[in-house]
Amino acid sequence: MRIGVITFPGSLDDRDAQRAVRIAGGEPVALWHGSHDLEGVDALILPGGFSYGDYLRCGAIASLSPIMTEVVAAANAGMPVLGICNGFQMLTEAGLLEGGLIRNDHGGFICRDQVLRIENASTDWTGEFSAGEEITIPLKNGEGGFIASDETLDRLEGEGRVVFRYVGVNPNGSLRDIAGISNERGNVVGLMPHPEHAVEPGFGPDTAAAMRSGVDGLGFFTSVIRRALVEA
Amino acid sequence: MPTIVVDVMPKAELLDPQGKAVAGALARTGRTGFSSVRIGKRFELTVDGPVDDALKASVQEIAEEILSNGVIEDVVGIHYEVTNAELAAEASDAASVTEDGFGAPAGETH
Repeated sequence: MRIGVITFPGSLDDRDAQRAVRIAGGEPVALWHGSHDLEGVDALILPGGFSYGDYLRCGAIASLSPIMTEVVAAANAGMPVLGICNGFQMLTEAGLLEGGLIRNDHGGFICRDQVLRIENASTDWTGEFSAGEEITIPLKNGEGGFIASDETLDRLEGEGRVVFRYVGVNPNGSLRDIAGISNERGNVVGLMPHPEHAVEPGFGPDTAAAMRSGVDGLGFFTSVIRRALVEA
Repeated sequence: MPTIVVDVMPKAELLDPQGKAVAGALARTGRTGFSSVRIGKRFELTVDGPVDDALKASVQEIAEEILSNGVIEDVVGIHYEVTNAELAAEASDAASVTEDGFGAPAGETH
């Protein structure tokens, strides 16, 4: 499976996302924001970082990039799209996901290994998990507070589109502890924490078994690859 | 050359951590009496041509679709102002006819 990772000016975790795809058994394809060509990929990842220095609003200028025309069309046609951190912000700015991300309620940047609960294990990116399962992956952001109107929040909850919730501590003031959501179809998923940083023993979060051995993020990438194999 | 000013504020019901931090600094330095501070954004768009209805419609669209995000922010004002140079020119014109030196109102607001 060929999975495109789009690099924007100021992307930081594009190479990590490519590596995660490779470790999961997929073929990463580097894509450029200024192009209109998705190069025939089967899925897309919008990586983390600080595109355009977070000018205007996080992800806002990147969401107007040339390639986003094709991203929106592909997402609406059902292609799996994962937005991580700044990528999540771009997806909300592009209107592919609802709600918005604002500055952390405590005003500070946060970097920690974060426990999440998988609330929906039937999206394109969470099929390898089970509902209610808890995972630990890194979280690092300054503007990760998820907000939406009560009406939108109720609808997201009612439709099972809250995909991840923070467990133990709410690190940024996100309403209803929401860490990530999906679109109606479940092919577009966005979250603030970083699964691509927890895919290889020796480089992930600490676990009870050993330091840096956590690979809970791998399931995101194997999920989308498995789904493609099943559908093929 | 006219300058168009667009003011955007975080939605009133949302916490504004930046404003809260400034309010905290005011209180710490003994500047009491301010119950809250909120921080927004001011955009200045300069145009070469005339400000007509088509341009105003375009500014409205840009303000709502790009300069602000309706989920988290409100456009609280769009002002059509003249530049400092034009103001100065107007002021000097006005000075020749009025005693106080203040000329025409500084631009149109809506």
